[in-house]
Amino acid sequence: MLTHPIRVGGDATPGLSRRELLQGAGVLFGTLWVSSGALLALAPSRAWALELKTFDANTGKSLLMLTRNIYPHDKLDDAVYALVVKDLDAEAGTTEATKTLLTGGVAGLDKASGGNWLEAPRDKQAALVKSMAGTPFFEKVRGKAITSLYNNELAFAYFGYEGNAWRKGGGYLTRGFNDLKWLPNPPEKASPKPFLG
Amino acid sequence: MATYQSNDDSVVVVIGSGAGGGTLANELCQKGIKVVLLEAGKRESPESFVNDEWGSFGQLAWLDKRTTSGSWQVARDFSGLPAWICKTVGGSTTHWAGASLRLQEHEFRIRSVYGPMKGVNMLDWPLTLKELEPYYTRAEDKLGVTRTNGIPGLPGNNNFKVFYNGATKVGYKDCHTGRMAINSQPRHGRGACQQLGFCFQGCKTGAKWSTLYTEVPAAEKTGRLELRTECHAARIEHDDKGKVTGVVYFDKDKKEQRQKARAVCVAGNSIETPRLLLLSKSNKFPDGLANSSGQVGRNYQRHTTGSVYATFDQQVRMWRGTTMAGIVTDEARNDPKRGFVGGYELETLAVGLPFIVAFLKPGAWGREFTEAIDNYANMAGLWIVGEDMPQESNRITLHTTEKDQFGLPVPNVHYDDHPNDVAMRAHAYKQGAAIYLAAGAKKTYAVPPYPSTHNLGTCRMSGTPKDGVVNKWGQAHDIPNLFISDGSQFTTGAAENPTLTIVTLAIRQAEYIAKQMSANAI
Repeated sequence: MLTHPIRVGGDATPGLSRRELLQGAGVLFGTLWVSSGALLALAPSRAWALELKTFDANTGKSLLMLTRNIYPHDKLDDAVYALVVKDLDAEAGTTEATKTLLTGGVAGLDKASGGNWLEAPRDKQAALVKSMAGTPFFEKVRGKAITSLYNNELAFAYFGYEGNAWRKGGGYLTRGFNDLKWLPNPPEKASPKPFLG
Repeated sequence: MATYQSNDDSVVVVIGSGAGGGTLANELCQKGIKVVLLEAGKRESPESFVNDEWGSFGQLAWLDKRTTSGSWQVARDFSGLPAWICKTVGGSTTHWAGASLRLQEHEFRIRSVYGPMKGVNMLDWPLTLKELEPYYTRAEDKLGVTRTNGIPGLPGNNNFKVFYNGATKVGYKDCHTGRMAINSQPRHGRGACQQLGFCFQGCKTGAKWSTLYTEVPAAEKTGRLELRTECHAARIEHDDKGKVTGVVYFDKDKKEQRQKARAVCVAGNSIETPRLLLLSKSNKFPDGLANSSGQVGRNYQRHTTGSVYATFDQQVRMWRGTTMAGIVTDEARNDPKRGFVGGYELETLAVGLPFIVAFLKPGAWGREFTEAIDNYANMAGLWIVGEDMPQESNRITLHTTEKDQFGLPVPNVHYDDHPNDVAMRAHAYKQGAAIYLAAGAKKTYAVPPYPSTHNLGTCRMSGTPKDGVVNKWGQAHDIPNLFISDGSQFTTGAAENPTLTIVTLAIRQAEYIAKQMSANAI
């Protein structure tokens, strides 16, 4: 089964204590899209949940949508974008400056949209994101996304990257290192036959 | 393994266990010389290496604080990480891709061949290719370089297949799977390459040569090596006569230690090596050790690099198999008609999804970027390795205010591209794109340089003491028992990946040190 930093399948029921609820931390949850075939294959069931330690749900959802605007992969499931929110939430929990920057940034988006940025029309959302490009808030989210969004098994499955070769069956010598068929093979002088023992 | 007393002044202290230091330590031990090898990093192994780009980066990379300045794009894209090199036993031989090319004859004498150029601190090596050839032969045998010593070439992977088809279509004649220090068949107790990919993350099968599991254990087997890991050299000390007497270092508990020495050999890569000499300044040597020429830290070279990636209609899966799977050498010649002197190699290069997003266009966001990444499985890639010009103002200096974890000034790496470098890079981008378009690419991407892996020239070799830091043996002009044993001693950078030449110079230097010691000259 998939080990995944957000809880999927049967583990996805939010298990918040009363204390956590009183602290106002939020929960993001969703259902893996039916179109997310590769992800469905990894997860035992479609439900997923992310318990936030620091942010409320609105901040979490806004950061998720902001990440979608920064790195838009239309068919990439929210469950993968939620990993960025998870890492931002964790950093905000240990670094006060990050918490201030991110909650302040989301409040700024809301203010600029004259209400709740999440509820603004898509093109207005995008225009506001564009106007924020390069700000410390934007760069914090973008910088976290560049590592968190693309460095996990769910993203690997989506983009067709095979990840850890050692753990997944060893070298490609016997599993397709030179299986490309749409171009002719180079001559042996340029590319000798493999040694197969 | 041997254990030496800290006041044993009969040992040779080697600082750094990579291509230069690891090789030198072993060669000295084989000749009966006692060696203390100081390594700033920990000892990993093929078992502990991980097929995980960021995970491995955290395990192997040198991440101590560094700063950057200058107009090079690395200073903008990776301001705190000028170089992608390693702090671990084996140094950057854990991370290198394995390309093992000899320098070309003319590259040893660019002052004579290229002539004077504005802003360039031209100098000929005090060495010729002919003098080095016997040592190159020994180095190729040691590393097990394919296409030498009767060793077959490696089989090409998918990334190579695309590269080869495009390269031959645009008319390149010399394209093959390269001269690689990766076993294409079992050799010297190490197995053949299994095409895992992840060459940059430490080879999990040991098929790629690294001092970690070749030179270092061979030296340990002699009973003359004491390897001290997590020991960070802080300064080199000297006596009234100006001879070095030992090394002060911080151990793994950050406790200051002092090891006496008969000779000291510095191989900390081309940023740490000059930094250490500058940190060792004294009343006698107020500008730093071995710096009467003022050239310590100067002439920093890092190769004119860049990458070209391209997307196709169909799958490539470039990550499968060797990271650097093939080469075109046609552009490595010196042909000023192209608009620049010197030449460049084109070598296939593949990175995984976590790194392609970090490197493709640093700082980029939005649909143009994500559309490229959506095509990641259909992507092929190559790297440009060209000769950059030595400039005095490209240099390593000690930061005036920033300090590292030991309280030592951090190194600042300053680099400005020379117009020759810019012209070469533009040419190489064009040729790289032409290769992929000829193979049917939908779109090509000119990717800016990664943090430097080839750091060279900051303690350069010269025929006369006024022009450089060391003589043709890597021996400091100013201090006879101080040696530079890494790529810092390169007079100029040439177009080739430097590891083979670093190893070659280390083998030769070991012979010289042994002779000097038996003649009691040092």
